[in-house]
Amino acid sequence: MEIGMIIETTELSKRYGHQTAVKDLSLRIKEGEIFGFLGPNGAGKTTTLLMLLGLTQPSGGSATVCGLDPVRMAREVKRHVGYLPENVGFYGDMDAVQSLEYVAALNGIGNKGAREKIDDLLDLVGLKGDARKKTGAFSRGMKQRLGIAEVLMKDPTVLFLDEPTLGLDPEGAIQMIGLIQSLNQSRNITVLLSSHNLSQVQRISHRVGIMIAGSLIAEGSIDALAEASFGVGEKEYSLEEVYLKYFQEV
Amino acid sequence: MQGLVAVFRKELQDQLSSYRFVILFALIAMVSFITSYMAAVHMRENLESLTATRFPFLMLFSTPGVMFSMVQFVAFFGPLIGLVSGFDAINRERAQGTLIKVISQPVYRDAVINGKFLAGVTTIAIMFTAILLVISGFGLSLVGVVPGVEEILRLFIYLVISIFYIAFWLGLSILFSILFKSIATSALASVALWIFLSFFVSLGAEVAANTVVPIDRKNETPPEAVLQHARIQEAVSLCSPMVLYSNATATIIDPMRKTTRSIILMGPMEELLSTRFQNPLALGQSLLVVFPHMIALIAITVICFAISYAVFMLQEVRT
Repeated sequence: MEIGMIIETTELSKRYGHQTAVKDLSLRIKEGEIFGFLGPNGAGKTTTLLMLLGLTQPSGGSATVCGLDPVRMAREVKRHVGYLPENVGFYGDMDAVQSLEYVAALNGIGNKGAREKIDDLLDLVGLKGDARKKTGAFSRGMKQRLGIAEVLMKDPTVLFLDEPTLGLDPEGAIQMIGLIQSLNQSRNITVLLSSHNLSQVQRISHRVGIMIAGSLIAEGSIDALAEASFGVGEKEYSLEEVYLKYFQEV
Repeated sequence: MQGLVAVFRKELQDQLSSYRFVILFALIAMVSFITSYMAAVHMRENLESLTATRFPFLMLFSTPGVMFSMVQFVAFFGPLIGLVSGFDAINRERAQGTLIKVISQPVYRDAVINGKFLAGVTTIAIMFTAILLVISGFGLSLVGVVPGVEEILRLFIYLVISIFYIAFWLGLSILFSILFKSIATSALASVALWIFLSFFVSLGAEVAANTVVPIDRKNETPPEAVLQHARIQEAVSLCSPMVLYSNATATIIDPMRKTTRSIILMGPMEELLSTRFQNPLALGQSLLVVFPHMIALIAITVICFAISYAVFMLQEVRT
């Protein structure tokens, strides 16, 4: 493992029958960085996240997360990585506290430790006032925030966030992005952020990777990618312009 | 282990606090009470003949009331408890997005299916033990006969067989909940298989026996053909878990039953036993008679769960 790299993949591939979801993905993500993972629907972003978590077996290649092999040491990897799926699910008959207690139990956190942590996390995500409200009555934004609280329960080193702002109103999306950024800065959590909202990704990402049809076609800082695609100039390009340029080229 | 315990506790809590559990429990308790009450009334009306039997307490469970005995009722409707407990075990979690959340925690993937199955079996065990104890108490006050040690042991074995029997249906419904994405489809498939295995296998057994060894009822059929016909019919019938369970429990709960076979299929020793000796079988002997049935029931339960386990573990995770 290269020093300072928390996620490394080498020619990582995933095939479902004859369909290739991820093709020879080689990626390096530094510790403490926010990496924007971009691409259209079906590009293979979620499949990559699942492989890095050890939830699905790669068809080829290798990966390490926090220096651990997700295929052989999936449970240890999951101890370090918090994953917020695109459609985060909750048991509707549980309230926010019960939901967090269950996640704590799954992480082997004892009752006493969990109780203190739950209070802190609900405060952090702004759900303290709704602690005893059933999650079935939560709005999308509240669910996303509770999802963040759940992934923070294990004190993760790395966060995989799959479309964390999907379905949120603009204010909720801004709050969520602010929360991700503050987690990265205050706790030095590495974030792998998969999103279609390019302006938000541009706001907080240190580097981005563009994935199309299972292949990583570009990777680097937004400025570097703009330079590579538009050449050196005085104009500052937005991530959207850079992304569309790459997309059109492919 | 931490994952298994967490899933088990959550599932058990869900099962015991769910409306479906309360409704099922109420239904089974009610029918069990009625059948036991009818049996007790019948026993009180025939007190004189009861003095001849050595196990009057067990008759509470084996004597048919108006329609059926408690043992028969459990054989028919017990599977519903298993099916209702498991038909949406996995696909509901998948549909509401909680499965991915659970397995992305530092737990082994099999903690989910093991925890769910164990919680289901525990719920069944709690439900059945409670009903059996309450009915025993109810019977004690109605009939006034205290059960002996052997009767208690027989009831315990009956309880264990019943738990395995219902656990088979639970395993089957969990399998369908893994195979089918739609909850309605898995429920329908579970009920369809229950109806088929419980009601149509005996019809199929008759058809199979008639196909292999046709019996002409107008003309005289050679005894060998009748015997072979009965053998085939019984062998096919044993494909039904309900037949396995009914045979096993009827022999355990009624010590006067000395075989699980029909009269024409009895061996020479069984025939001798049933005609010459009118005493009830000892518990050990009853167990020997039903041992193959018990092993078969346990085996199909284990196989059914093993298939569910393998399918669940091999399925690709998708969000």
